[in-house]
Amino acid sequence: MMQKRTMEIGVGVFVAAGIAALIMLAMKVSNLAAFTNQQGYEVTARFDNIGGLKERSAVTVAGVRIGRVKSIVFDDKDYEAVVTMNIESQHDRLPADTSASILTAGLLGEQYVALEPGGDEAFLKPGGDIKLTQSAIILEKMVGQFLFDKAAGGDGKKEEGAAP
Amino acid sequence: MMGWLQRLGSTSLSVFERLGRGNLFLLRVLAALPSLVARPGLVIAQLYSVGVLSMMLIVISGLNVGMVLGLQGYNTLVDFGSEESLGQLVALSLVRELGPVVAALLFAGRAGSALTAEIGLMKATEQLSGMEMMAVDPLKRVIAPRFVAGIISMPLLAAMFSAVGVLGGFFVGVGLLGVDSGAFWSQMQSKVDLYDDILNGVIKSVVFGCVAAWIAVFEGYDAVPNTEGVSRATTRTVVHTAFAVLGLDFILTALMFGDE
Repeated sequence: MMQKRTMEIGVGVFVAAGIAALIMLAMKVSNLAAFTNQQGYEVTARFDNIGGLKERSAVTVAGVRIGRVKSIVFDDKDYEAVVTMNIESQHDRLPADTSASILTAGLLGEQYVALEPGGDEAFLKPGGDIKLTQSAIILEKMVGQFLFDKAAGGDGKKEEGAAP
Repeated sequence: MMGWLQRLGSTSLSVFERLGRGNLFLLRVLAALPSLVARPGLVIAQLYSVGVLSMMLIVISGLNVGMVLGLQGYNTLVDFGSEESLGQLVALSLVRELGPVVAALLFAGRAGSALTAEIGLMKATEQLSGMEMMAVDPLKRVIAPRFVAGIISMPLLAAMFSAVGVLGGFFVGVGLLGVDSGAFWSQMQSKVDLYDDILNGVIKSVVFGCVAAWIAVFEGYDAVPNTEGVSRATTRTVVHTAFAVLGLDFILTALMFGDE
């Protein structure tokens, strides 16, 4: 009888430890904490180019994450990307003329949507549209632009040097 | 030439025959499962020998694997100046792959071989036939509890392996190598997804548990009832489980993470 009791205690410890490990993985290791307040409202923004933005990318204001990108679809009428963002419901005081831009975290980090509040008295409504957007910066384009400017600038200097 | 062809034919036939026997056996075990509801004590006794006694091995291995991942990952990441991602690296490797796979391989060595040897010896000493003589179905009394215990234990053991491994990586990364503790956890939490990573890892470990338990009880039940047969069956359990787990892992990984 005593042996059965120790065996059952052992099994109890085993199952409890296994479940505790699962809970630790869910709470401490994964992003479950971010799921708990999934309730929020949606706003959309249209971008010419979203770069490497993905679903579930962060949406931030002043660097603080207040929501996530819910979906990205291509609008083949205007040839634009329509990004739907889910903003946490306690942050419902964003001005109507808030602007959105796609930025990169660090040099090689992933891309996120940064919202910049404007000065409008009215607030963005659920389902509202962000009018002012700035597309992602594509590194190749920037390098190309830089080289072009450099070449143009170099020529200009030469001409200036040659003129007098 | 003819002799060679004949050998090839007989080998393939015996392989298919074993596969067929294994599948029929699985069906019979599944049919015997409902009878366990009336006698949960049988499963608890097996959970003790399959799960509790494997726990120490799993915890120690998990801790070591996590610490090694922490060291190796740090040495690679520090070259890119991104040692803060260590938490993400350790957690994703453990939760997605190493936890389920290594735990399943250890499980096959620790518990699967014991199951096979036990059932095989029961067969060799004619205990199973004895039970049948007493109108006790050995599938219900012996096989089904062991099968269920394996399936229940495996996900729990894999979760313990991953959790302890993450702690091991934390000890080495934060305690020994000086990675920032806040960055370690926050990078991990921002990149490990509950559904995509944790749940898929658990699904993997459940599948591996079914396969490992199935192979272990089948090899025991199908063993040639003598000393040599039992020893061969035990070896086959470990080898076949390793093959099955690694092969299935590739298929499951391709299905779960292939489109990223």
